[in-house]
Amino acid sequence: MLNFFRRGGRSQGSDSKYFSSTSRGEVKELATSLSSSKPEDIKEAVKKVIAAMTVGKDMSSLVPSVVKCMHAENLEVKKLVYLYLINYAKSNPDMTLMAVNSFVKDTSNINPLIRALAIRTMGCIRVERITEHLCSPLRKALADEDPYVRKTAAMCVAKLYDIDPTITRDQGFLEVLVDLTSDPVPIVVANAVAALMEVQETTTRVIFDINTETLTRLLAALKDCSEWGQVVILDALSTYVPANAREAETVIERISPWLAHQNPAVVLNSVKAIVLMMDSLESKDTISALCAKLAAPLVTLAQSTHPEIQYVALRNISLVVQRYPGILSSKVRVFFCKYNEPIYVKMEKLEVLVRLANASNVESVLMELREYAQEVDVEYVRRAVRTIGRLAIKLDKAAPNCIRLLLQLIKDKTPGGGGDSEAAAAAAGGGSGTDQNYLVQEAVIVIKDIFRRYPGHYEGVIGTLCEHLGSLDEPEAKAAFVWIIGEYADRIDGAADLLEDFLDSFLEEPAQVQLALLTAVVKCYLKDPEGSDGIVQSVLQMATEESDNPDLRDRGYIYWRLLAADPDAARAVVLAEKPVVTDDTNAVPESMLTDMLAQIATLSSVYHKLPEAFVRRVRRPGEFDDEDDDEDDDEDEGEDEDEGDAAGAGAAAAAGAAATSMDFLGVSPAPAPAAAAASAPADDLGDLFGAGPAEASPAPATPSSPAVSAPVLGASNGITFRAAVVRSAGGQPELHVAITNEHASGTPFTAAAVRANRNPFGLAPTSAVATFSPAVAAGATGVAIVPLSVDGSKADASKPLGALQVAVREESTRVSATGTVAMSYAALIGAAGPLERQSYLSAFRAAADSEQGQTLRAPGLGDREAVKARLAAAGVAFVAQRAADGKVMCYYSASGASPAGEGLGATVVLVEVTHKDGVDAARICARSSAGQELAKAAAAGVASILE
Amino acid sequence: MWSAIFLLDMKGKILISRNYRGDVSRLAALRFSRMVQESDAADLKPVFTIEGITYAFIAHRNVYMLAVTRHNCNVTMALYFLHCLRNVLCTYLGELEEESIRDNFVIIYELLDETMDFGYPQITDAAILMKYIRTDAHKLASKRGGGAAAAIAPPDAVTNAVSWRDEGIVHKRNEVFLDVVEKVHMLISGSGAVLSSAIEGAVEMRTFLTGMPDLKLGLNDRAMLEAAGKASRGKSVELEDVKFHQCVRLTDYERDKTISFVPPDGAFTLMRYRVSTPLRPVIETRATVTKHSRSRLEYSVTAKARFKTRSTATNVEIIIPVPADVDSPVFQAVAGHKVTYVPEINCFKWVIKAMPGGATVRMRAQFGLPSVEADEDDEEGWRKPISVRFEIPYFTVSGLGVRYLRVLEKSGYSAQPWVRYITRNGDYQIRMT
Repeated sequence: MLNFFRRGGRSQGSDSKYFSSTSRGEVKELATSLSSSKPEDIKEAVKKVIAAMTVGKDMSSLVPSVVKCMHAENLEVKKLVYLYLINYAKSNPDMTLMAVNSFVKDTSNINPLIRALAIRTMGCIRVERITEHLCSPLRKALADEDPYVRKTAAMCVAKLYDIDPTITRDQGFLEVLVDLTSDPVPIVVANAVAALMEVQETTTRVIFDINTETLTRLLAALKDCSEWGQVVILDALSTYVPANAREAETVIERISPWLAHQNPAVVLNSVKAIVLMMDSLESKDTISALCAKLAAPLVTLAQSTHPEIQYVALRNISLVVQRYPGILSSKVRVFFCKYNEPIYVKMEKLEVLVRLANASNVESVLMELREYAQEVDVEYVRRAVRTIGRLAIKLDKAAPNCIRLLLQLIKDKTPGGGGDSEAAAAAAGGGSGTDQNYLVQEAVIVIKDIFRRYPGHYEGVIGTLCEHLGSLDEPEAKAAFVWIIGEYADRIDGAADLLEDFLDSFLEEPAQVQLALLTAVVKCYLKDPEGSDGIVQSVLQMATEESDNPDLRDRGYIYWRLLAADPDAARAVVLAEKPVVTDDTNAVPESMLTDMLAQIATLSSVYHKLPEAFVRRVRRPGEFDDEDDDEDDDEDEGEDEDEGDAAGAGAAAAAGAAATSMDFLGVSPAPAPAAAAASAPADDLGDLFGAGPAEASPAPATPSSPAVSAPVLGASNGITFRAAVVRSAGGQPELHVAITNEHASGTPFTAAAVRANRNPFGLAPTSAVATFSPAVAAGATGVAIVPLSVDGSKADASKPLGALQVAVREESTRVSATGTVAMSYAALIGAAGPLERQSYLSAFRAAADSEQGQTLRAPGLGDREAVKARLAAAGVAFVAQRAADGKVMCYYSASGASPAGEGLGATVVLVEVTHKDGVDAARICARSSAGQELAKAAAAGVASILE
Repeated sequence: MWSAIFLLDMKGKILISRNYRGDVSRLAALRFSRMVQESDAADLKPVFTIEGITYAFIAHRNVYMLAVTRHNCNVTMALYFLHCLRNVLCTYLGELEEESIRDNFVIIYELLDETMDFGYPQITDAAILMKYIRTDAHKLASKRGGGAAAAIAPPDAVTNAVSWRDEGIVHKRNEVFLDVVEKVHMLISGSGAVLSSAIEGAVEMRTFLTGMPDLKLGLNDRAMLEAAGKASRGKSVELEDVKFHQCVRLTDYERDKTISFVPPDGAFTLMRYRVSTPLRPVIETRATVTKHSRSRLEYSVTAKARFKTRSTATNVEIIIPVPADVDSPVFQAVAGHKVTYVPEINCFKWVIKAMPGGATVRMRAQFGLPSVEADEDDEEGWRKPISVRFEIPYFTVSGLGVRYLRVLEKSGYSAQPWVRYITRNGDYQIRMT
């Protein structure tokens, strides 16, 4: 039966004939065929159009003709027409609207396949105008009797939200989604959860709360849904934080069967959920039992037949073993490399081997590394050698064996050296030993690190190293060797002579080697002033007078002056005791580890970076119905922004740079330290010269408004928008919009359109346009102020109290930004006198339930009177005070904005500020008849006034 | 989630693509193709990010399958989805390659639409997809005239709890075939010590059963026997990790190690397992190389079948690497053994048709070396390990066996189970000394 689909086996011949040609004339011809009365002709024509589209030809001119074919009853044609529309709708929004009726008709077709297809496709047409037509069919589809349609509709809600979040919310689709999570059909639940999780990611407001009730539902759905649904549900489950150890145990028990699934995504997500829940466990026995349980599936993943999966699994294993080091230590052999594995898998295995190595298995690991070091792939051999060095640094008992192995490898790989195996002898016999030089060079680099870790232990090998001096030609290896000579100048016979040989070519050496030489010679001089008087003179002279490299010159001068002024001080600085290095290469910092574990199975886990580090936030679609989404995402491919440095190769380069500058103080970093270290040496140098990092050049004078320092609302095309909600002197809330003009045109900006989204207080700008006066010239920042007033139609009680979503568009360039402005309640306090004492007291008692408080620790808080004055200026009026137990309670009243649901307008807010003598802190409590939420916002608002 | 799926040729040209979210354009594929062309294929990691766009890909024959995203998505899901999609396309097209993609773009578009929605994988079970995505069906529909499109509906399986089997299947003969296939992975050092070994087993089934049968499989799995309180009887095997087809009720297995399931119709892999009890070499192979006066290399190879005498290994192939520049091979082997020099991969191959347990066989090979000094390249030939391929029917290395397979269906028919065992080589490598 399968043969039917095979090439050439089809009754009508293959589809490839449609690719033949589409000349200009042919497009016209296609248009004619599309309007043919014969269904067969139409089908052929549509296939040709899709074929041309597939190879990337522009077929958008055919939209009107293709749309007409939508009425076709043939499912194949219908699917192709839909596909066409998805591709060209964006460039042809008007024509797409013509298709709306057909879509809507199809959503009531008797065939569930077609109903679902229509809903799925409508969601994919990212034209905002189509969304209003989508709502009613979507609502119907969400309640469709056929689960296939419901699961498609559930996903469609996420699509709609991506295009227009406001409409999705206003139409109540999110609530329907939440209802669908209790649908009897598991795949519907899974898609609803997927959609909800996606929406949840865009907002801090709780859309989909995973509480004990939803947890039970999800665990039930997990059992029966498809593998991909399980991936989604496990993702959702892993965000649940169990209330206590017992609950965590129960949930883990329910999830652990899925460790035995054949789909690696299901397994890894189960691992994630379990590892995260394990944080809530208390019993050590339970934890170690779980570790044993996790080991087997992790090993299976690491041995997956798909190398890509293996790679991802190994990266994740690196993370998990950082939290639970014992988990796989008995499985070290699993991570031995096979000859035919891809190099990226081998490299990750080496990484895991370092993590798993311990005193009992290190011998077998070293035997393996010895094999790898004799292979042909240069990078692999280097990594193997480096791994031997890292093991030496990690395990002090293993260090002598590591050193022995390194020396053996050097011997085997060097011409004339006695090889222990025939193979090595045969290779060496060729006399072209330079090819294996990289091994020797790498070995020298790691031996330097071993010296750093175990000072005074292995100097015996220096002699052997010296024999290979001539073969070193890589800067890093040379610099490492020079460092060794300098460090052990007093124990190496003729150290000064060795260095002198290097000095002959000093000026031709790379900067890294020059810096190492300079320091080594100075060390040598300090240890043996007589023997190396000559070389120190010449190296200082060359460094300061003949070099163009400022780092080298500066370091030369410093040494020179130190040596001239105070040799003892020089000794103290240059020969200072060095901190002990540890091997933390590639380790995720402990503080980040929990966050990283929450990312198991994602891209983040492959890069060992948090998402922010490599995902460029795509601008969230605006929340505004009439805001034109001008920016076509497809077009911004061209602009080059920050490099998503995924490979982490940069870290190594940075580490190299760090190594050179740090050695200046006789301090060399650990083997390839974290990139963070790179910034430190620069500061050290800065301090030495008594000059801090250069101040940023002063910006052009900017008006003072909180908006200027507010977080960026949005920035594009050289225009940066910021905004803040501020209380005016008259007690009126105002929207301040700051705009920075770095636009290429250089035209001054005079006005910006301003809109506010629905918000709990019903705030709306009194004018749709904010004027900048003076105009914002190129390079400058200007602020425009628009007063806000209460507009009932803008009220939406469901929005968070502390935020206002605004959209701003600069009028001349029509560049716009939308975003959320944090809105302190302090900005919403109107002008009103203090409440009369008696009514204050009764109101205070009546609103006791709403009390919300916070403690404010502000160093410059001042005494009670100062606080009173500051609050009065902000519209919070003093009513009374009383003292008890060494504390003084001051009572204030204010007239603040009232949220929708409590009647828009003003409401009284009651504030109690408790001072304790001699303590620079205060406890601020607020009560309000408008409820806890408002009281909380008010307390925070008052605190912000005093901060 | 994932934004788009691309199928590209080896040069990185798009063969077909489906954009699910509209936030990554076709241009992204260009960047991928540049990456593929500029870097060594072997160095290219399967996941990388350039300028905020992440690429995750697999290669199959002359086709790249690529998923792209701008977000921090589940990459395990994407990579495994691509493998699943590959299987679906292979089932539909016979072979997935450049030409078959061009020949079948309509059906591929349909499949791309059905297997993923808005970047979330939906259905990747070829057998189920076949039920409602069929090119032939549309022709029938159009012949019958208007409204016939309604003839195709999504099968119940898509939304059922049992998403892998449709209702109403009928077979004249109810049969179940069950193969226990074990692969032996082994890495052996030059001195003959086993560095690492593992058994990767699979229970492969072909079921031809009517209705919605409920199956229960009993193995001599130690955990299963212990759970049933029958630990003492006979030999049992400790399975280290077991992975099941989605049809198996994992909660039942977790509770009392029962393997119960409603199987898909036709062929599928019921379970995979791993056994990591230390193993002795199955076919012990030793090769000694002697170099005579820089002009002649002599190999002496011994292979010993170290398994029970009642089993026989068939099609044993021992592949021994040689330096790249050897010439004039001379082989000396027992009659019936075939030895050939394969210069394309710098090795010679020793084929033994049947090798009974306990047997020891030997062969010698001699090669001429060029008089000119070898260049460095021959290093690779020397370092390659010996690999051994074999098949041992009616035998499992682990000792795993089927105790019973019960078929229960409400109509009450009885079905005959057929069980076979076979052991094969997996990654079976012996390092050269």
